[in-house]
Amino acid sequence: MLDFPSSFGLVIPELILTVTGLALLLIAAWVGDKAARAVAIIAAAALFTAGLFTIPGLHFGVDGPDSYAFGTLLKVDSFALFSKALIYLAAIAALMVAPAFFNGPAAASERGLRAEYPILILFATLGMSIMVSASDFMTLYMGLELNSLAAYVLAAILRKDQRSAEAGLKYFVLGALASGILLYGMSLLYGFTGATDFASVRAGLEGELSNGQLFGLIFVMAGLAFKIAAVPFHMWTPDVYEGAPTPVTLFFATAPKVAAVALTARVVFEVFGGQVQAWQQIVMFTALASIVFGALGAIGQENLKRLLAYSSINNVGFILLGLAVATPAGASSMLVYLFIYVVMSLGSFVALLMLRGEDGSLFETFGDISGLAVTRPAIAWSLLVLMFSLAGIPPLLGFYSKFVVFQAVVSADLVVFAAIAIAASVIGAFYYIKFVKVMFFDEPAGLVTGKSETSHWVLLAICAVIISPIGYLLTGSLTDLTNKAASSLFLAI
Amino acid sequence: MDFPILTTMMLVPLAAAIACLFAGQASRVIALGATLLTFGLGVMLWANYEIDGAQWQFQEKYELVAGFSYALGIDGIALMLIMLSVFLMPICILASWDAIKKRVGEYMAAFLFMEVLMIGTFAAQDLFLFYIFFEAGLIPMYLIIGVWGGDNRIYASYKFFLYTLIGSVLMLIAMFWMVSEAGTSDIPTLMQYDFPGGAQTWLWLAFFASFAVKVPMWPFHTWLPDAHVQAPTAGSVILAGVLLKLGGYGFIRFSLPMFPEASADFAWFVFILSMIAVIYTSLVALVQADMKKLIAYSSVAHMAIVTVGLFAFNVQGLEGAMIVMLSHGLVSGALFLCVGVIYDRLHTREIERYGGLSINMPYYALFFLLFTMASIGLPGTSGFVGEFLSLAGIYQTSSLVALVSTTGIILGAAYMLYLYRRVAFGDQKNADAAAMKDITAREWIMMTPIAAVVLWMGVYPESFLAPMRADIAALDARLAASAPISDAALASGEPLEKAANAIEFEAHEGEGQH
Repeated sequence: MLDFPSSFGLVIPELILTVTGLALLLIAAWVGDKAARAVAIIAAAALFTAGLFTIPGLHFGVDGPDSYAFGTLLKVDSFALFSKALIYLAAIAALMVAPAFFNGPAAASERGLRAEYPILILFATLGMSIMVSASDFMTLYMGLELNSLAAYVLAAILRKDQRSAEAGLKYFVLGALASGILLYGMSLLYGFTGATDFASVRAGLEGELSNGQLFGLIFVMAGLAFKIAAVPFHMWTPDVYEGAPTPVTLFFATAPKVAAVALTARVVFEVFGGQVQAWQQIVMFTALASIVFGALGAIGQENLKRLLAYSSINNVGFILLGLAVATPAGASSMLVYLFIYVVMSLGSFVALLMLRGEDGSLFETFGDISGLAVTRPAIAWSLLVLMFSLAGIPPLLGFYSKFVVFQAVVSADLVVFAAIAIAASVIGAFYYIKFVKVMFFDEPAGLVTGKSETSHWVLLAICAVIISPIGYLLTGSLTDLTNKAASSLFLAI
Repeated sequence: MDFPILTTMMLVPLAAAIACLFAGQASRVIALGATLLTFGLGVMLWANYEIDGAQWQFQEKYELVAGFSYALGIDGIALMLIMLSVFLMPICILASWDAIKKRVGEYMAAFLFMEVLMIGTFAAQDLFLFYIFFEAGLIPMYLIIGVWGGDNRIYASYKFFLYTLIGSVLMLIAMFWMVSEAGTSDIPTLMQYDFPGGAQTWLWLAFFASFAVKVPMWPFHTWLPDAHVQAPTAGSVILAGVLLKLGGYGFIRFSLPMFPEASADFAWFVFILSMIAVIYTSLVALVQADMKKLIAYSSVAHMAIVTVGLFAFNVQGLEGAMIVMLSHGLVSGALFLCVGVIYDRLHTREIERYGGLSINMPYYALFFLLFTMASIGLPGTSGFVGEFLSLAGIYQTSSLVALVSTTGIILGAAYMLYLYRRVAFGDQKNADAAAMKDITAREWIMMTPIAAVVLWMGVYPESFLAPMRADIAALDARLAASAPISDAALASGEPLEKAANAIEFEAHEGEGQH
C-alpha cells in the first residue's frame, strides 16, 4: 500500500519547506543575525517554489485515491492545494513586510530583524501545510502543533516588549488548553471507533451517534473553533493581535486562519460528513455569534489592531456560514470568501505598517490617522477601498465574497439565518465606516509623515487592485478553483 | 442600434472621475465637460428611443463569470429617470463651482461616480447588477456629506449610510431567494414571473424595507432632513433630485410588477403611511426655521403623493406618480439651488436672517417664486400635472386617501408661501441680507434650464408621458388582476345615443327644403 515515490511526489512542497527550514536554521546558528535578511529572502523563495508545485495539481484538479500519500496519513487533493497556495502567499507577504518593521524604532528593543523570524514562519507554514492535507487525526495534530508552537514564539518575538511577551504567553496558555480539548475529543473518537484515520472514523460513526461519540465530536469542534477564533472561543484574539508585532499579526490574521478553517472544513465533511445534523447547528450558532460579537466588540475600539482582530472574528463568522450550509456550493463559497478575506486582511495590515511618523515609529490608533486623506492620500484611498470592501459594500470585491456565501445559504433554504447574519453585518459596517470617517472627515493630525518601503507599496497596490471592481475579472478562475477544491472535499460523502 | 450608448454614458463620467482624482483645480472643467457630454448622449438616447417600439430598448448583455450578467436596457420609465439624472448633473457641478474650495478633485470625482451609479441603477436589467449600482451609491454620497457637509455632517453621514444599508441588505436576501426560485436574475423575466402568494408577502416586505427608506416614507424618513441639511448644495440637489427617486423607481420596477398580490394586500399599509406623511411632514415643514430642512420635509410630503399614486393600481395613478417624481426632482433640486444661492452669500440657512430679497435680488425672487409655485402645484407648472394625475388616480381607488392627500397639498401651499413671504417679501430687516447682489451669470445658467423644463412639463406633459405610456399600460395590465376594489363604486351609466357635442341635424333639416 505504501508507495513511497508517489507519496514523496505529493509532498514536494512540504519537503522543500522542511529542508530549507533546517538548512536556514543552521545558517542562522553559524552566521547569526547578520544573515537575517538573506535568510528571509531564501525563506520567501522557498515558499514561492513550494507554491509553484501546487500549480499543476490546482490546474488539473486532484482527488480520489491518487491524492493519498503515505497510506492514509495525508490527502493532497485540490482542496489542500488551494489552501496551501493561499497560505504560502500570505506567508510570503509576512516575510516581505518584516525587515522594515524589525529594523525600525517600533522594535527598538531588538537589534533589528532576527534570523529566527523567517525560520519560524517557515516552520509554521510547514505545520499549516500538513494541517490542510491531514487525513488522519495523528497528522492533523502534528501539523497543528508544529504551527502553534512556532506561532507562540512568533507572538513573543519582541522579547523585551511587554505587550509582545504577554501576547505570546496568553496565546500559549490558551492555545495549549485548546489543543488539550482537541486531543481529548480525538481520544474519545478513537476510543469509540478504534481508528484515527478519517475514513475509518467516519465508518465507525455510521448510524446514530452514541453519547461518547457526540462528546468527541463536540470537543473536536470546540478545539477547532478556538484555532479559528470563532465565538465563543475568540477571547484571545484581540489581545494577541494587539500585542504581537504587526507583521506577526498580519501573519496570524491570514495564513493560520486559512489553515484552521480548511482543517475544520475537512474534519466536518470527511469525518462527520454522515452526521451533518449533529454539527450543523453548532457551526451555525458559532457563525452567527461570531458575526454579532465580532461586530459589537469592534465598536468601542480605539486601537486599530484590536479593531481588525474583531473584524477577523466577524469575517470568520461569514466563512463559517458558508461551511454550515454543508453543500458543495457552500464549501466553494467559503473558499472564495477565504481568499478575498486574506487579500483584504493583508491589505489592511500592510496599510497599518505604512502609517509611520518622521522617525519611523508606527501608529495604531484612530487618533493618529485622522485626516489621513489630506496628508497621505494614497494610503487613505487604499484603506477606504479595503474598509468598504470589508463592510461588504458593492462594487468592491468584499461584496462578492458575501454575495456567494449568502447565495449558498439562501439556496440551502436557510433564509432566516441569512437574514439575521446580513442584518448583523450592518453593525459591522458601523466601524468600517468609522475608519473612513476618521481618515476623510476629521481634521488632519499630520502625524503620519514617514516614507514607506517599496515592498509595502507593491503589496498594498496589489491588494487594492484585487479588491477594486477590477478584481471581478478574477472571480471566474477563482470560482473554478474553489469548485474543484470543494468537490474534492465532497467525494467522500 | 449597435452603439452601446448606455455603457458609453457610464464610461464617460467614470473616466472623468478618475481623471478628476488627479486633476486638482482643473477638475471643475473636466467634470463640467464630462457631465455635459453625458447629457448630450442622454439627448441622443431620448431622440433615438422609439416610443412605439419594443418595451426594452438599447439592450446590452454580457455574461459575467460572477454569477450574474452585465445586462443593460431601458424602457420609458428608466429613460425619463436617466434623463433627469444627466440633466441635473451639470447643474450640480455649476452649483459647486465656487462653493467648494477644499479637495475639489475628490469632490468632482465623487459626483461623477454618483452619476455612473445612477445611470447604472436605472439601466440595469439584472437583479444583482441593479443591487450593485443601487448600493454602491452609498459610498460617494457618504463622502459628499461627510467631507463637504455642514457642522453636524458626521452624524448625518453615519445616519444616512447605516439607515440605507440596513434597508437594502434585507432586499439582497430576498433577491437571492427570488433568483433561486425563478432560476434567473433577468429583471424583465422576473417582472412576468408569478411568485407564490405566501412568499410574495415576505419578498414585498424585504423590498419595502429598502425602498421605504430610500423614498423615504414616514416613519423611515428621519435620515433625510439630517442628510439634506448637512450636505453641500449640490449634494442636496442630487439627493432630492435623483436618489429619492430610486425608491419610487424600485416600487414601480420591482414591488408592483413582481409581487402584485402582495402589493395589493399592503396597499392600505402604504396609504396609511403616506397619509400620515403628507399631513405630518407638511405640518413639520410649516414650523421649520431652517430653509433646507423645510424643503427636506416637503420632499417627504411630495414623495408620499408618489407612493399614493403608485399604489392606486391604475394608469392615472402610475403616470401621476412618475410625473411627480420627475417634477419633484426638478423643483426640489431647484429650490435647494435657490437656498444655495443665498447661502453662498450669507452663509446661513436661517429664514429669519433674510427678508425683502425681492427688492435687492429681483431676478432671484422671480426664479424662487416660479419654483415655489411649481412645488405648490400651480397649473402651468410641472407640479400640477403630476399631483393632479396622482390624485385623480387615487380618487378612483379611495376617496378618503384622495381627501387626505389633497389636504396635504393645501398645507404644502401654506408652508411654501409662508417661506416665500418671509424670504422674499416684507421689509429688508437685515442689512447684510439687503446688501446681497442679484444672481450671477453662472446662477442664471443653472436656473434657466430647470425653469424652462418645469414650464415645459407643466404646459405640454405629453413629451414626458409619451415614452412611458406603453410601459405604464403594461404594468397596469399586470396589476389589473389584483387591483383593490374601488370605493368610488363607479357605475357606468347608459350611454347616450349621441355624443354630447353632436349637432342636432334633424332640427335643421327643414331649412334645406326652402
